[in-house]
Amino acid sequence: MQRIGVFVCHCGSNIAATVDVKKVAEMALLEPGVVHAEDYQYMCSEAGQEKIIEAIREKNLTGVVVCSCSPRMHETTFRKAAEKAGLNPYMVEIANIREHCSWIHKDMEEATKKAVILTRAAIAKVNLNTPLKPGESRVTKRALVIGGGIAGIQTALDIADAGYEVDIVEREPSIGGRMSQLDKTFPTLDCSACILTPKMVEASAHEKINIYTYSEVEKVSGFVGDFTVDIRKKARYVDMDKCTGCGVCQEKCPSKKAPSEFNRGLNTRSAIYTPFAQAIPNVPVIDTDSCIKFKTGKCGVCSKVCQAGAIDYTQKDEIVSQKYGAIVVATGFDTIKLDNYDEYAYSQSKDVITSLELERIMNAAGPTKGHLERFSDGKAPKEMVFIQCVGSRCADDRGKPYCSKICCMYTAKHAMLIRDKYPDVNVTVFYIDVRTPGKNFDEFYRRAVEQYGVNYIKGQVGKVIPQPNGKLLVQGSDLLDNRQILKEADMVVLATAIEPNEGVRKIATMLTASIDTNNFLTEAHAKLRPVESPTAGIFLSGVCQGPKDIPETVAQAGAAAVKAIGLLAKDKLLTNPCTAQSDELLCNGCSTCANVCPYGAISYEDKEVNDHGIRETRRIAVVNSALCQGCGACTVTCPSGAMDLQGFSNRQILAEVDAICR
Amino acid sequence: MSIEAKEEFRPKIVAFCCNWCSYAGADLAGSSRLGYPADVKIIRVPCSCRVNPMFILRAFEKGADGVIMCGCHPGDCHYSTGNYYARRRMTLLFSMLDYIGVENGRTRVEWVSAAEGVKFSTTMNEFVEKIHSLGKNVRLGDLRCRN
Repeated sequence: MQRIGVFVCHCGSNIAATVDVKKVAEMALLEPGVVHAEDYQYMCSEAGQEKIIEAIREKNLTGVVVCSCSPRMHETTFRKAAEKAGLNPYMVEIANIREHCSWIHKDMEEATKKAVILTRAAIAKVNLNTPLKPGESRVTKRALVIGGGIAGIQTALDIADAGYEVDIVEREPSIGGRMSQLDKTFPTLDCSACILTPKMVEASAHEKINIYTYSEVEKVSGFVGDFTVDIRKKARYVDMDKCTGCGVCQEKCPSKKAPSEFNRGLNTRSAIYTPFAQAIPNVPVIDTDSCIKFKTGKCGVCSKVCQAGAIDYTQKDEIVSQKYGAIVVATGFDTIKLDNYDEYAYSQSKDVITSLELERIMNAAGPTKGHLERFSDGKAPKEMVFIQCVGSRCADDRGKPYCSKICCMYTAKHAMLIRDKYPDVNVTVFYIDVRTPGKNFDEFYRRAVEQYGVNYIKGQVGKVIPQPNGKLLVQGSDLLDNRQILKEADMVVLATAIEPNEGVRKIATMLTASIDTNNFLTEAHAKLRPVESPTAGIFLSGVCQGPKDIPETVAQAGAAAVKAIGLLAKDKLLTNPCTAQSDELLCNGCSTCANVCPYGAISYEDKEVNDHGIRETRRIAVVNSALCQGCGACTVTCPSGAMDLQGFSNRQILAEVDAICR
Repeated sequence: MSIEAKEEFRPKIVAFCCNWCSYAGADLAGSSRLGYPADVKIIRVPCSCRVNPMFILRAFEKGADGVIMCGCHPGDCHYSTGNYYARRRMTLLFSMLDYIGVENGRTRVEWVSAAEGVKFSTTMNEFVEKIHSLGKNVRLGDLRCRN
């Protein structure tokens, strides 16, 4: 029989205001095995933990139940306290009477009743707990960063500077990401390329950083400290070692009609291409969909003009398998598709563009060499209208419910840059709210309004109608003036909502990292663990976790790197001892469990067993506790009931069921 | 049963929640103060695939009026594939339970992610309401368990 102590936390008034904590403690004393029960203001405080330690020592407790907040919050705290007192930490169970009780119920009597039942269930479980000992696993001192934008580059640099090997996997032909597409950055108006390219160069020259561009993560297995990742290096058809990056092949390529991804389809590129001039690596790839050689078999111009003999049409995709201790996701974002927002005439008029397209237009290396002009007729615009929150802050499922965060600022930037370079162009911005919470952000926005005379109108645009004369009629409202507005514009720029990059869900699934309904990766704790995924060993960097601007992304990238370094610095990790175990007397070696195990943790051995005096050799299942992650799939699938999960055993869960239904 | 002792029906409801998604979703419902009836009691399991049909049968045998199992959305399982096994098992179990008289409304599978506090709360409210409309579960109650 266990000797159990029950500790009921008031959590200030968080629990005590709706749960009669004294009554919970009192009722707990009536349960079998309970020899001690008390309540205290803050169980997680130093003094509270001391109470637990004292009681364990004085009353010789063999089990502890803490009735407090969620085990996801303080289970570790209380386990450590128990360990301090010499009790096995796995003899501690938490009754969640805050998140699952006091916070959601208003009636004191009802909440108290429920708290008593939840406590009863935890006591019933502890009665069946057994001491568990965590195993150890090794740590591969190498990190993988998925995504080579500013987030991935910064994370990789920080990890590499700490002395660990880092691989960056980037699916595009060059690293650089979204930031490389930007012209200027707010609120300082630095040139984006000027601050990004040195970082790109630094990453590619770093002796500890290895970059796989034009590559994708194909498969991930293993667990924290010991992941195995298959990376697909897509065939470039250009030998990375031989190519000198002279660019002659791109010049001479006769197929120049493919839309340039880098310029958002605003102009075209050759079939053999590097996305932009400062690309790293400066080695082109052949786009087989538009290459004449691949389509018809006749051409081969690039191969003929290449002095280095780097073109290789027979190259095949290559799979590289590598081990990693930590994985950082930095997959970034894209703008949403505008199919649901046809009222803005994006598909009908070439002069309705997204902000990212404007970014390319403003850029000296862009499709118009930096000249602001209409794509329909090449004329310079005189009236420009910016529409904010296109797809952001949307109440229905047409768009995104969240604020994309960066649009207010980049629109102020665009407006300012246009007014600066073309003072005769009128700029009008339709907005719902202008949000400028950031260092020097509001000052920047005010400059746009006060110094550059940008016309901000609070109100939404209902429709953009292309006119026969080539102009765009913008129908909007001015909420402050309470009037309808009809405005003729030459160009309309849509501040399109951002969303996590396509394919992030697939990556999240491979990593078993949680992801929310908007495809942003979920952090382990919204406030206290913002750069870690709930899945151990997976870290989050940049917009894959939520909308953010460049400084925030860089800060988060550094934070993710620190977390990854903290993991890589360890030689060994303690493994979760809640693993499956097979009862050799019940197991008949049928292999059903091995078939459902996602980790390949189950193997079979011929073992001599003593079944009621009969000695015989049987084929039985053996669980490798270093590989087992404790999901319990095998325990339910086992037809003979031989498999059980430590810490969540059949008897323990049944005891909880019984206690709740009593 | 005496005539005047017609008490208000308070169902016993057991909710199995996987540690990674639904338990966290329930926590989020809690910290967001999104209420649901106190009749729901949550049991934490590592994964929905840890829920043995035996646990559910036992709950009904011991007088539960409804059992709900919540896990990560298909494809999002922390252990890759656990919720697929759970889904298949529960489909079979629930149809068997229905056959022996435990109506389909008393059992439910719902996928709730860690970010879906609202969904957790609405699901529980709906489920409790459903159980109220079905009334007490008498079919599988073991007479020996009655007080």
